[in-house]
Amino acid sequence: MVVKFFVTTVLIALLSFICGLFLPWWSIALAAFLVSLLIPQRPLLAFFAGFLGLFLLWGVMALLIDLANQSILSSRVASLLPLGGSPVALILVTAFVGALVGGGGSLTAAFLKK
Amino acid sequence: MRVLPFFLSLFLTTALIICLNRQWGQTPIMGQFFSPQHGFWQNAEPVDQAFDGDIKLPGLKGRGDVYFDENLIPHVFAGSQLDACYIQGYLHARFRLWQMEFQTFAAAGRLSEFLGAGEGNALVKYDRSMRRLGMVTAAKASLAAMEKDPVVKADIDAYTSGVNAYIVQLKASELPLEYKLLNYVPEQWTNLKTALFIKYMAYTLAGGENDFEMTNAKAYFSKEDFGKLYPEAQDSVDPVIPKGTRFLPPHIQLKLPRTVDSLYLNSTTTVTDREDPPDPSNGSNNWAVSGKKTISGKPILCNDPHLNTTLPSVWYQMQIHTPTYNVYGVSFPGGPFVIIGFNDSCAWGITNSERDVRDYYSIKFKDESRKEYWFNGKWTEADQRVDTIAIRGELPLYDTVATTVFGPVMYDPSFTGYSTEASNKSYAVHWKAADSSNEMSTFSKFQGIHNYSDYKEALKTFKSPGQNIAFADKAGEVALWQQGEFPAKWKEQGRFVMPGEDSSYMWQGSIPQDENPYMTITNDPDKPDRGFVSSANQLPVDTTYPYYLGIDYPMYRGLLINRKLNNINSITAADMMKMQTDNYDVFAEMARPLLLRNIQDVRIDDVGKAYLKFFREWDLNDDPNEEAPVIFNYWWAHLTKDIYDDEFSKSGLPLKRPYESTLLEALLRDSAYSYVDNVNTPQKETLPQVVTTAFLQTMADMTEAGKEDRLTWAKNKDTWVRHLLRKSALSRTHLPIGGGVHCINAAKQFHGPSWRMIVHLTTPTEAYGIYPGGQSGNPGSPYYDSFIDKWAAGQYNTLWVMNSEEAKSPRVKWVMHFSGTKSF
Repeated sequence: MVVKFFVTTVLIALLSFICGLFLPWWSIALAAFLVSLLIPQRPLLAFFAGFLGLFLLWGVMALLIDLANQSILSSRVASLLPLGGSPVALILVTAFVGALVGGGGSLTAAFLKK
Repeated sequence: MRVLPFFLSLFLTTALIICLNRQWGQTPIMGQFFSPQHGFWQNAEPVDQAFDGDIKLPGLKGRGDVYFDENLIPHVFAGSQLDACYIQGYLHARFRLWQMEFQTFAAAGRLSEFLGAGEGNALVKYDRSMRRLGMVTAAKASLAAMEKDPVVKADIDAYTSGVNAYIVQLKASELPLEYKLLNYVPEQWTNLKTALFIKYMAYTLAGGENDFEMTNAKAYFSKEDFGKLYPEAQDSVDPVIPKGTRFLPPHIQLKLPRTVDSLYLNSTTTVTDREDPPDPSNGSNNWAVSGKKTISGKPILCNDPHLNTTLPSVWYQMQIHTPTYNVYGVSFPGGPFVIIGFNDSCAWGITNSERDVRDYYSIKFKDESRKEYWFNGKWTEADQRVDTIAIRGELPLYDTVATTVFGPVMYDPSFTGYSTEASNKSYAVHWKAADSSNEMSTFSKFQGIHNYSDYKEALKTFKSPGQNIAFADKAGEVALWQQGEFPAKWKEQGRFVMPGEDSSYMWQGSIPQDENPYMTITNDPDKPDRGFVSSANQLPVDTTYPYYLGIDYPMYRGLLINRKLNNINSITAADMMKMQTDNYDVFAEMARPLLLRNIQDVRIDDVGKAYLKFFREWDLNDDPNEEAPVIFNYWWAHLTKDIYDDEFSKSGLPLKRPYESTLLEALLRDSAYSYVDNVNTPQKETLPQVVTTAFLQTMADMTEAGKEDRLTWAKNKDTWVRHLLRKSALSRTHLPIGGGVHCINAAKQFHGPSWRMIVHLTTPTEAYGIYPGGQSGNPGSPYYDSFIDKWAAGQYNTLWVMNSEEAKSPRVKWVMHFSGTKSF
């Protein structure tokens, strides 16, 4: 079960990344939906797989970009948004937004499959 | 399938996506904005980003190579001027696209289309003002003139193609940050947008006037008082062209209107409409010293145009090398060519002439439809156009604007500007910059000028905004022309709103170009001249000049520049850097003795005495860590308020406070200046009383400032380089820089030296420059603000005029190779 969970998570992240190259941002929901449809799990687990997959994908991508950019932009955007100029907060919010949408996609698939 | 949970989950997820995929008021589209593959993260450039590339552009005739140095300054080597313009367009778009387009929206009165109506409808009012002034019509007229000139037409066509070649291949994820913040996409670039940008600069520099306020002042105050408040002369002014210069007899004989006294000068009609004109201190300094005064024997030219200090900067620095010329300087993102700079033979620099070229006429319409107006004894049909002002999130506004023989109707009962009061009057505006002209031809020619006569020839098509254009060349010639096409005015024409019922008040023609003020300095040591030219927006000439020039000229920077240049010899570039960043306050120098002479010691407590000592011992430099300039500034502001406010606030009309120089010179001349007395008190106040009271008010301000940590000059004036959207997160705030409005280093809060340049015309050319910004317009780039700290500290970059053998130089960090594609 643990293996299945992690495989799903990784596949969701991977497919989301590929979709993001060609499709609008919300294609991450489709990616999570599709993967969860192919690998059925209990709804709660499916949700967390989608959530975690996107949290990691968006979080790590943002983190890598931010490291290469030495937080020049993130500190400006984090002051523009009410995040007190904190790059870390901005990365977490980024990851969380992606995670919610990914989780939603997976959850919907889990209920469809069940 | 679990039906209910499935649909619930489907609904919630879809709802979440929909919420994250739309704009809520002014927010970005959050889902897209945060997506690391689509949104703002894509604008976060790696700090070690490589800018190299092989770029194929349709329409490029030959090849072009662009070498970027460590400051991301491009050194363009192109096969022709056309290809240079093409590549310049591409580079401007690559690094400054959002700004370029935004500025043309500001020019065309389209801000509410993207930003919404603004607080208190301010943006709609701004848009209407720009439309009614005729910015778009003016740009179209200018474009027609430019397109008649085959050279300029081909150049701007190439520039436009270059911009579009970049826009066309731009992916949504690569859009500049501001598009993602505000959620729109760039339009195709057009030649008209370039023309709009030029008119935007004309508006910034030659859009100012105070006709309404002066009309009110003339109506409200007695003739004698009016003369005291708005005198026609400044005692200590040192004009651009020295006093005593002889002028040609005027070719234009001006005819005074028959009714000039009864209907104009003695009229007591007032105006309630309010304007929000461009910053009146959009000024600048330039000077050029002849080789007679330099250590090398070669001239040095210096320029620092003062504009709003914005991010992205109004300037983009570059070198352009073609087979016919090699030019270095700053360009305007939005148009081709180098605007201020130097080539292998000459250097040039510009300051604003501050001449009044925007006048109002009071129009009598037959009825509220404003279709006919009274002109030369009969009802005359007005042209009418309907302007559609799109407003984001609201229905568009349809604005009907009548146009008269004088020009468009700027204010009428449907639009009273920034006033909240209703008005039944109509005013048409004649603005010189709305007449057709071809300024781009001047800059096109400047790239390749070799000597004074080339410069003089290139100037001739430059009509508006009128500028003081300083010139120096390697042969040793130094010159300055106040160039523009200026209306020839009779005394006080256009100082007030003029009657618009007949043709007698219209402009009667333009001053012939060869009657524009100018001076030249040669290298001949036997010729007794002062050895330099200079301008700092002061009065251009003395009263023997045969045309009326108005009175709105700041004089203190010019005074100091001329004093310094008169007293210095064996000049080096380092001397010029010191001078350009000088914080000496010549206004304070003249005002301090007056204040100290009139202070009543008995009314000052110990803390006050300590501050007074500070002030007395101050070296008169507005340095960043000084407290004395803060004291002086508060003190003078209170003194002005205490002296004038009692009389002025009684009028209830929009009025303009007299200039600082007026008050100072009046008090120096006569300590019993009648305005000193407060008319609201029974007793008669004296100057010492008022000066001391103002000082006590200053002490209260200093206590306040102490609590807020704003006691030092830099913290108190708080200079910013502000993002065009005025968002502090994208700006550089609280810069440690001194200077101010009366200093050569004219760094104010949001305004200041926008490009400091020093060119020593030796072989090879020795040149220095810096601007408050950076080469990249991307807030996610290390090159966004990379010059700002140096600029604030008064330091310069050495300008590298690269030659074609230096392609392998270690100073070249990145290379872009441009080539044409055959398909087009």
